[in-house]
Amino acid sequence: MIQLQGVNREFPVGDETVHALRGIDLDIEAGEYLSIMGPSGSGKSTLLNMLGLLDRPDSGSYHLEGVDTTSLNEENQARVRRDRVGFVFQSFHLVPRLTAAANVELPLVLAGIEPAQRKARVHETLEALGLENRSDHRPDQLSGGQRQRVAIARATIMRPAILLADEPTGNLDKRSGEEVIQTLETLNRQGILLIIVTHDPEIGGRAKRMLHMVDGAIVDDRANTEKAGADET
Amino acid sequence: MLVSDFIRLSINSVAFHRMRSMLTALGIAVGIAAVVLLTSIGEGINKYVLSEFTQFGTNLIAISPGKASTFGISGAIVNNVRPLSLDDAEALSKIPRIQAVVPVVQGTAAIEYGKRTRHTFIYGTGSAVPKVWQMKPALGQFLPDDDPRFARPFVVLGSKVRDELFGDKNPLGRRIRIGTESFRVIGVMESKGQLLGFDLDDAVYIPTHKAMAMFDQESLMEVDLLYAPGTDSEELSEKIKKSLTQRHGNEDFTIITQDQMLETLGSVLNILTLAVGALGGISLLVGGVGILTIMTIAVNERTAEVGLLMAIGARKQQILWLFIGEAVILASLGGLAGLTIGAGGAWLLGAAVPALPTHTPWSYVLLAESIAALIGLAAGVVPAWRAARLNPIEALRAE
Repeated sequence: MIQLQGVNREFPVGDETVHALRGIDLDIEAGEYLSIMGPSGSGKSTLLNMLGLLDRPDSGSYHLEGVDTTSLNEENQARVRRDRVGFVFQSFHLVPRLTAAANVELPLVLAGIEPAQRKARVHETLEALGLENRSDHRPDQLSGGQRQRVAIARATIMRPAILLADEPTGNLDKRSGEEVIQTLETLNRQGILLIIVTHDPEIGGRAKRMLHMVDGAIVDDRANTEKAGADET
Repeated sequence: MLVSDFIRLSINSVAFHRMRSMLTALGIAVGIAAVVLLTSIGEGINKYVLSEFTQFGTNLIAISPGKASTFGISGAIVNNVRPLSLDDAEALSKIPRIQAVVPVVQGTAAIEYGKRTRHTFIYGTGSAVPKVWQMKPALGQFLPDDDPRFARPFVVLGSKVRDELFGDKNPLGRRIRIGTESFRVIGVMESKGQLLGFDLDDAVYIPTHKAMAMFDQESLMEVDLLYAPGTDSEELSEKIKKSLTQRHGNEDFTIITQDQMLETLGSVLNILTLAVGALGGISLLVGGVGILTIMTIAVNERTAEVGLLMAIGARKQQILWLFIGEAVILASLGGLAGLTIGAGGAWLLGAAVPALPTHTPWSYVLLAESIAALIGLAAGVVPAWRAARLNPIEALRAE
């Protein structure tokens, strides 16, 4: 599903050049549950952005569902993001002017789907996440956990193949964080490929496959034998 | 993305910052109001002046002695200029498509009736005045169609002269003295009001040759010709020129068609309207800068939102149009408010100060609104372009 080969990414920071990614080789199958851990500045967010087509590699190749994404133009990359990738961010990134329903609806709006169809899908998605009675609330009228679940609804409404979560619990208390992780894991069980970037070992340890990054390189990539199937218990 | 969604999302963000949007739109509103109000006044004056000039009929050609390029009565008659005579006027009336001719001599003299005396304008004219100048006698009749060289001493009074000399009494059949001669009143003209400061009612009309004798003139001051509607005035004035040149030996006269005069006048007045409109346009420009400012601020504030939109699959073009749409909606709202204020103000002004004519042409209204939308577009492009070119990762980091 995802194949990275020799992916490099450098940023100029002041006078120096920071190697955010160094020769990343990575294969990920559909429906996997991955966590990417590592100290800050280790390149885990850059890798996530790369996987979500928000960033392009300086060298190397990235094949998503068999398509060489580096050869896609800006417009087609946007289309892949819209249709195949869902993002969940630490700071939710809900549009403050719009109600929960309208926020969830945004990807459908961008895709030009008819209003009648949109309404049904928004309702369905909010219902699945237990937010149906919050649909007319603005983000500032929602709790942190609710906000993140609205964001997850938005990330999944296009039924993407991949769900990318960058520190999804970073701004939440423990209980809300737990809820959000469970929501994400439920979606993973339904078949979505889930990748969570986190520095919290407790959350990272729940994934079935754990990646460790240091200085832009993957130093450890192993199946989580002890926790495998933990979500069933 | 559906057009209706673009509009809905743009309106949503405009409505969210209600106060800010209103103040920004106000800038455009003031500009549009100024443009509409000023052009309304300009158009009103334009229409007023043109109607003043056409109240004496439209299919007119005036011939005056002397070759002059400007219009008006040529006072200084050059040596080799032959006078414009009553015979000339009669000859002109024989040209096809000429319907009526009025030979004109004008001067001032004292008019006496009983113990009252009034100095006023004396017009020596023919019988065709009601037809050519489109003014009717309110009482009695106009000068009869006598032989112009032997016309009887009749006089027709302007309404003001009648009021001053006769008050409520019936003037018909009375004799008044003009200069040294006695004239019988046979009619009173209806009131015509003023034209550019001339009181048209403060005048009397007597036969041309009497006036020529009274003012010791051997030439007519002007011959006014009325031609049949639908005639090519240029072609006709060529014929007149040929005929008169033949009679005089050279071209020692000036022909002015009213078409030419109105054209000149119209173009001057249009420039006036345009100039006042441009003045209003300056405030419109200031309003446009206001939109540019607020859109720049909006893009800065919403950098993270732009990043999010990109992450969920918005194309650069969609982001560009979202922000441009916002600017256009701001400007159009301001434009609509400005139109209401401007047109309402023009109407109020017209109602409050009847002497100041105003007229709001719909074409200007539409034009003003399109200009407002265009200003929004222009002011929105640069900030929107900046938003569309943001790097999504950096934009997402902004909070």
